Amino acid sequence: MQELLTQNFFELFGLSPGFSLDVGELTQRYRELQQVVHPDRFATASSQERRLSMQCATHVNEAFQTLKHPLSRARYLLEMRGVAVDQSTSLPAEFLMEQMTLREQLEELSGQPEPLLALMQLRDDLGRRGSDLQQSFADLLGLDDNMSALQVFNKMQFIYRLQQELDAQEEHLAG
Amino acid sequence: MALLQISEPGQTPEPHQQRRAAGIDLGTTNSLVATVRNGKSEALVDEQGWQLLPSVVRYHDNGSVSVGYEAQRAAVDDAQNTIVSVKRLMGRGKVDIQDSGYGFAEGDSPVPRIHTVGGDVTAVEVSAEILKRLEQRARQQLGGALDGVVITVPAYFDDAQRQATKDAAKLAGLNVMRLLNEPTAAAVAYGLDQKDEGVYAIYDLGGGTFDISILRFSRGVFEVMATAGDSALGGDDLDEAVSDWIMQQAGIEDDGDHRTRRYLMRSARAAKEALTNELEVRLDVERPEGGCWHGSLSREQFNKLVSPLVSKTLLPCQRALRDAGLEKTDIQEVVMVGGSTRVPYVRERVGEFFACRPHVDIDPDRVVAIGAAIQADVLVGNGQHDDMLLLDVIPLSLGIETMGGLVEKIVPRNTTIPVSKAQDFTTYKDGQTALSVHIVQGERELIGDCRSLARFELHGIPPMAAGAARIRVIYQVDADGLLSVTAREATTGIESHIDIKPSYGLSDNEIEQMLSDSIAHAEDDVSSRKLREQQVEAARTLEAITAALAADGQRLLDENERRLIERAMDDLQAVQQGDDVARIKQACQAVEQAGAEFAQRRMNDSIRQALAGHKLDEFKT
Repeated sequence: MQELLTQNFFELFGLSPGFSLDVGELTQRYRELQQVVHPDRFATASSQERRLSMQCATHVNEAFQTLKHPLSRARYLLEMRGVAVDQSTSLPAEFLMEQMTLREQLEELSGQPEPLLALMQLRDDLGRRGSDLQQSFADLLGLDDNMSALQVFNKMQFIYRLQQELDAQEEHLAG
Repeated sequence: MALLQISEPGQTPEPHQQRRAAGIDLGTTNSLVATVRNGKSEALVDEQGWQLLPSVVRYHDNGSVSVGYEAQRAAVDDAQNTIVSVKRLMGRGKVDIQDSGYGFAEGDSPVPRIHTVGGDVTAVEVSAEILKRLEQRARQQLGGALDGVVITVPAYFDDAQRQATKDAAKLAGLNVMRLLNEPTAAAVAYGLDQKDEGVYAIYDLGGGTFDISILRFSRGVFEVMATAGDSALGGDDLDEAVSDWIMQQAGIEDDGDHRTRRYLMRSARAAKEALTNELEVRLDVERPEGGCWHGSLSREQFNKLVSPLVSKTLLPCQRALRDAGLEKTDIQEVVMVGGSTRVPYVRERVGEFFACRPHVDIDPDRVVAIGAAIQADVLVGNGQHDDMLLLDVIPLSLGIETMGGLVEKIVPRNTTIPVSKAQDFTTYKDGQTALSVHIVQGERELIGDCRSLARFELHGIPPMAAGAARIRVIYQVDADGLLSVTAREATTGIESHIDIKPSYGLSDNEIEQMLSDSIAHAEDDVSSRKLREQQVEAARTLEAITAALAADGQRLLDENERRLIERAMDDLQAVQQGDDVARIKQACQAVEQAGAEFAQRRMNDSIRQALAGHKLDEFKT
């Protein structure tokens, strides 16, 4: 348990740390770990073992969620390198202009003749931007350029927030 | 020639010292109990051969209680004292259930008490009566007390509804190993885990609740990807739509009379059921003022009446797909669960939505209990299917109230459980020693639109300058989906005391009171119950550690360490059968303490073994 809690999340799943990661493999290891630590494996055990199992299963779930999603994985990797993630970095004016344009598109969706179609196009656009950013994040991390990676991470956060608002819009448009 | 082994009815031979475990489906309309016997899962029947137990409880003026068919017969004539569909009242406050037609007792408790001739009762107590009846049935047929049960709940049940279910089980004297989500139980019953890999939708429309769950299976592991639903939408609502139509057609006024409503609901339900096989049904309805109305209802008209309700179930389907990050076409098959999925129109619309023919092979009334029985058998350690693992999610986001009546989300919906989140608070006044937090569950941004779960107060914060204290609050949701909260002041490490006031739940004291009340009837008393509970706990502790020592003692402990554990076990054995609760408890704790390090080593060891297949070069960074 002590061991499990002090390992970093990559070690926990027996994976080498890095942004590029095979989610299928991660999922497989996650299931194997839950097979042995989940509280259902300890239904007749002592209350102490049940507590321990709940702690472990909780930890394994957190580790899985963190590594599964690119944004939280990126944040975790920066933190592992001692980068203060929540400091604000100045983003290039060009990027911020793009963001404003995207946001306008998002806000004007419901006024479009075919809002759901426009929404799908915007979703694809954001998806492309997101994966471009992920690629450059992986590259910069490989070069140990942490500060540039942090800037890319901040851009990823912008895109992610827009995607979330898009989901909310879709729920709204679908009634 | 081999001799046939014949056993008395109700007395199953137990060759491998099988433990007694059962799965219970505590339904809105009907409940049932199932078990695994000789490797086969089956629903258990009562003396008359019925599997279903109507979830109806009638209270009599002499203090006695009837449950099931007997109570159901009085549902119309003794409507005020006969509680039906009690599941819809679980974990709910007075405002939620005002129009349920019962009389409610005045009182301070946030939990509504239904007024009956047999006394005032809460939904938890009513449900406990149903559970007791099922427990009795299982005990008689399995030849002894149950070692553990799995009780199913709608996936979309919130924390208060789950807690109420667990409280009811406690009142009925059951050892609940797990609250299992109904759709997951259905998936287990269908044996979907036997397939290699796949994504399935489970559409569960019961008497009073609706759930849609998206599950992924892969060699024994069931992973709930997303769940959505409506915990107040079910067959009852279809009946009500028909009943409203009858009233309109027959010119019956709605004067809020409980008896008339029950009567019309029963006629509506009969009509709905008949229309499953017929295209038209005759209706003969007595008017309350006398006389009879004759009419008929066609399936087409019925479909029109229930159409908005069926549409209402498709929205959550869409939401669950979105939360799972899937398209309709990703769903391989749809499994239908719950009595209301017998309605042909429901099947039709669901098939249309997912563009595939829904599975209806197992009786929708029994499938949930069967799945729960299989899971109970695994959990109690009877050894079949032991690579089966069910990973559930929290159905609704957990949040806390912040300034201005807004909600800050702590755990988003559809997060796999168990899960915990930590949050830091600080004080805003010099010398402040207490803090209060309001926890809610739901998806909306305004506090008033979410369900209030509990308010808790932290006391004993060391007095410091404003903003200096750092109080870390930890929210833990366990594998049953139940929330617990702990808090600690970070700079001093002082554990803060927490008072939790459940918004619609019973407090520990109230449950204690109910337990002692019900035990008073059984001519037993609290202290002997406490002793028995502690003795059971001691036996469980000894059994668990004996098994652990046999499995890993040799490998993971040296002589000295082993001797320390065994000494603590001897001490516990010496006092186990005595009547000193405190001493047994102390000895139990001593065993756990002595075994703490051993438990950790075993856990580490099994984690290492789980990853052993992959290995070393990957670990080196």
